[in-house]
Amino acid sequence: MSNSTRCAACRYLRRCCEDCMLAPYFPSINPERFACVHRIFGASNAARMLQQIPVEQRRQAADAIALEAYWRVQDPVYGSVGVISMLQREISVAQRELAETQAQVSMYTAQVQSQSNQITQVQYLVDNAHLIPNQPPIHGLCQPPDIP
Amino acid sequence: MGGNSPCASCKLLRRRCTKDCIFAPYFPSDDPHKFAIVHKIFGASNVSKMLQELPVHQRADAVGSLVYEATARLRDPVYGCVGAISYLQNQVSQLQMQLAVAQTEILCIQMQQEPPLAEQKMEADDKSFVINNNLTAMPQLLNYASSSNVAQDPLKREFLWT
Repeated sequence: MSNSTRCAACRYLRRCCEDCMLAPYFPSINPERFACVHRIFGASNAARMLQQIPVEQRRQAADAIALEAYWRVQDPVYGSVGVISMLQREISVAQRELAETQAQVSMYTAQVQSQSNQITQVQYLVDNAHLIPNQPPIHGLCQPPDIP
Repeated sequence: MGGNSPCASCKLLRRRCTKDCIFAPYFPSDDPHKFAIVHKIFGASNVSKMLQELPVHQRADAVGSLVYEATARLRDPVYGCVGAISYLQNQVSQLQMQLAVAQTEILCIQMQQEPPLAEQKMEADDKSFVINNNLTAMPQLLNYASSSNVAQDPLKREFLWT
């Protein structure tokens, strides 16, 4: 296999392997991807893990292994566990914010409903004012004379 | 550990466990399974290199996370930890969506409660009264309707006008 057609794994390991099983998943255009995998898992471990997986799922598995290796290189202590912790914190914060916001929505809705009820009551009184019997004269106000 | 009882890693690797064995503090002999899974996924030499590159006070946490990742990968050989991360990312997205909806609801309620000053002014017969007493409120209403907050947030705009 010529230099230009070797996969990233074979180029990194300086070998010539025509039937390299890592070739489909570690193309030569992205050498850093394999470098991370090799550093964290090792080429033989990675190849063995992929071999134990059905062919149709190997691409996803290779991507997942590459991601885990990348996160471990970025964070040598916690790796992808650090990402999980960060997401769990985000979820906790978002849940709290959502609960507070939904409580505000309930409060505003109750206020609007209360105002709407008051307006309805006032409108009812206005509409039915003609049904209210005459009130006794209020002291001090000028009243028209009684018509015999 | 030391000359008496080899650590789990040295037992598995069948080698002499020296007093400065890097694995001994983290892989005691009473839990052989822990080192076995880490060795299966990462390899003993890779784990040794990783631990050597870390300060001593961080090695216990590193071993803990390696054991977690190795366990996850044994349970799910295709996605490993990435499966859990993908699930959590979906949860975060859903919560953010729900939060945006709730915040838009508040916005709608607040807008409904705004007194419709423009309409009242147009219905008034005495326009001079309107001009003299309510002119300062009009710019506020117009500015609110065309505020950058509403215009630039596509998610809020979408929910506002559906």
